[in-house]
Amino acid sequence: MTAADAPAHPHDPYRMGKGHGGHGHGHGHAGPKNEGGPPSKRIIVGYGFWIFLLSDIVMFSGFFAAYAVLSGRTAGGPTGRELFDITNVAIETAFLLASSFTCGLASLAAAARYKLKFYAAMAVTFLLGAGFLGLELHEFIGMAAKGAGPQRSAFLSAFFALVGCHGLHVTAGLLWLLTMMAQVFAKGFRADILRRIMCFSLFWHALDIIWVALFTVVYLIGAGA
Amino acid sequence: MLGKLSWAAFPLDQPIPLIASSVVALAILGVIAWVILKGWLPYVWTEWITSVDHKRIGVMYVILAVVMLIRGFADAIMMRSQQAMAFHGGGYLPPEHYDQIFSAHGTIMIFFGAMPFVIGLMNFAVPLQLGVRDVAFPTLNSVSFWLTATGALLVNISLIVGEFARTGWLPYPPLSELKYSPGVGVDYYLWAIQISGVGTLLTGVNFVTTILKMRAPGMSYLRMPMFCWTALASNLLIVAAFPILTATLAMLSLDRYLGFHFFTNEAGGNMMMFMNLIWAWGHPEVYILVLPAFGIFSEVISTFSGKPLFGYRSMVIATMAICILAFMVWLHHFFTMGAGGDVNAVFGVATTIIAVPTGVKVYNWLFTMYGGRIRFTTPMLWALGFVGTFVIGGMTGVLLAVPPADFVLHNSMFLVAHFHNVIIGGVLFGVIAGYSYWFPKAFGFTLHEGWGKAAFWFTLAGFYVTFVPLYWAGLEGMTRRLEHYDVPEWRPLMLWAAAGVALTGVGVVCQITQLVVSIRQRERVRDLTGDPWDGRSLEWATASPPPAFNFAVMPHVEDEEAYWTIKQTAREQARLRDEPDYEDLEMPVNTPTGFICAFFATVVGFALIWHIWWLAILGLIGAYATFVVFAWRDHPEYLIPAAEVARIDRANRSARETALSTYRGPQ
Repeated sequence: MTAADAPAHPHDPYRMGKGHGGHGHGHGHAGPKNEGGPPSKRIIVGYGFWIFLLSDIVMFSGFFAAYAVLSGRTAGGPTGRELFDITNVAIETAFLLASSFTCGLASLAAAARYKLKFYAAMAVTFLLGAGFLGLELHEFIGMAAKGAGPQRSAFLSAFFALVGCHGLHVTAGLLWLLTMMAQVFAKGFRADILRRIMCFSLFWHALDIIWVALFTVVYLIGAGA
Repeated sequence: MLGKLSWAAFPLDQPIPLIASSVVALAILGVIAWVILKGWLPYVWTEWITSVDHKRIGVMYVILAVVMLIRGFADAIMMRSQQAMAFHGGGYLPPEHYDQIFSAHGTIMIFFGAMPFVIGLMNFAVPLQLGVRDVAFPTLNSVSFWLTATGALLVNISLIVGEFARTGWLPYPPLSELKYSPGVGVDYYLWAIQISGVGTLLTGVNFVTTILKMRAPGMSYLRMPMFCWTALASNLLIVAAFPILTATLAMLSLDRYLGFHFFTNEAGGNMMMFMNLIWAWGHPEVYILVLPAFGIFSEVISTFSGKPLFGYRSMVIATMAICILAFMVWLHHFFTMGAGGDVNAVFGVATTIIAVPTGVKVYNWLFTMYGGRIRFTTPMLWALGFVGTFVIGGMTGVLLAVPPADFVLHNSMFLVAHFHNVIIGGVLFGVIAGYSYWFPKAFGFTLHEGWGKAAFWFTLAGFYVTFVPLYWAGLEGMTRRLEHYDVPEWRPLMLWAAAGVALTGVGVVCQITQLVVSIRQRERVRDLTGDPWDGRSLEWATASPPPAFNFAVMPHVEDEEAYWTIKQTAREQARLRDEPDYEDLEMPVNTPTGFICAFFATVVGFALIWHIWWLAILGLIGAYATFVVFAWRDHPEYLIPAAEVARIDRANRSARETALSTYRGPQ
């Protein structure tokens, strides 16, 4: 009558999938039938991180909604059309999209356990991300200097909060990136570190997705309106 | 250097907060001193504070919830006695203090009473019911708990240092903007909720992953116990709704700290956007709390009726329907905003539609009991009390969902009575039912039935004596949050409500007595078999309290009532199944990461409340360093040898063999 009464199962599926290195193939899968029990740790970690990213996107949707409501509320101050410099934003976008590509290269290098390529790709990713941040800061400072800071109007409050929230995410991502490089340097491509690299790259790509929405909703529509 | 913090922040000239805060501080220090003097500190540190075991974390959540429920109840006593006395300006609480009390009462009851209780029960029961060894991310689970505790701590620090918000449990602007609330009260609210909200969000991520990805072999979605389904729905709502709360409170913080204009009166701010955003979180929050309670009632009613849950699949559909509809009704909290008749009609109709799946659930519970062999244990009494009480609360809710009626009743005592009717009758009854139902599983002995039943009857009577007069007062035109009033018709109603709180207080005392009496007589009421209620789901398949690894071998699930099938087979064959082959098990090691991280979160929160910027930066660096240290560890798991697993499982098997040999059929 205890839990221990399960019949013998050919694939020995009664373990948590822990301690198996967890990379690549787990035993069984948790599909609707769930015959094999829990999947490998890599799948669980990736799945959980996706759920977290979805929640992060919901948070951004709150800021997007606020921006949509307040974008016309300029309180007699400057509008997006007067403020946005599309060339600058296009360069930012190029930096961020390119960094996603190099981040992908870093993932490939990690999968191939190729340390030097991994460092190189991560370093380029960092430089591109830092470049993006620098351009964004430059834009923010320029706007504030023109008297178009976040205190000027509800529109600018919503703008700075939305774009700044993305910028904070990129900053956190850069910190995480450096931490991952240090981890690989100190510990090598251990299973748990590979899982973290996977999560980092998911995070970095998600920031791209948000930026594409942001670029469209804020800058393209704002500069055109 | 210390920002806005000075000696003026301490309420040295106000006796009530000073005494209250001193009592709380002395109680906390007393407990800490007791633990140290008894030499229990190493035990508490290694087995509890640093534990990543979902059962231990669940128990700590429930302890936090119980303490905060008592704190919130003290606020309730003060409010009811104030309103009983405050006719023609009597009463003992000045307005600025009374306003803090009703704000703290709501904040504490929802965020630090109900939420930790519900999450604690999910933590304890869900992995056991799924037949697995822990949640998907055990350390993250510990971080979640300690961040929640941080929020609770910050709210209580506001008793001693500074003040709490005077804005109600949801800080509506423009009142909550810096211009109209210049003190630190709203800031305490913002950072306490923001930090504990992160903890709750991480819990949501953790449990969605656990339930969708980590189930015992053979446990398909439609074989999960009802509580797991409702926990899934609740955590999906957490993942989808709590980020909105984070964003909204961040906007209000930007308004207050950096002069932004999201919700201000000036420069184009839109304060009704706050109402929309906060209720886009707030309404799902109602279901985050009550859906797991529905799950608990499903388990309790099925177990104590001796029958499978009636209409299991319709219950699943109803749960997921509520999960989706929860996001489509938020505007009914402010019909009076003036969105127009069409918008109000849509949200009114959507709200009444929620009554349909809820009604399906009520009928399912009734039909589960129908023809069953009902045992009137304490958890079952709470479930029965719930069914009647919740139906009344649901019907007053449907009444409020009619926009013209809502225009009359908006922000009245009728509304106050309605949401207490559903939260007390639904959530509170649910978590207490769950507490008495799973207590023997958690601690290995049953709770005293007599005191439990007394607690139930006093609480139930207290609830009705308190809130029926408040419904009436609302219909008589009394609005909520009145510090004093001059209408003679309301006076007797307020006296009745105060008497009701006294009755509820007797119930609370009975509840505490039950725990004390049960602990003292624990040797006589040991649960040796691990199955004290003749249960039906997998948590009853392991010992009480369960070993760290929950199950010696992961159970193989063959139908909807996983453990009932195993048990019935054993009863028919008059023997347990053969002993399995035991193997070494790997379990996650304990870590202080959650505790240390919460320490730094407390520092950051306190520093931001008082504008001590250097300390906030220091705290953030500390939190980051904690994670790096955690990420650098080399041995995330430890081994439990097969011999140890065998020893533990065999002890439980022999107790069950004894029980099986004396089995005489259903009681």
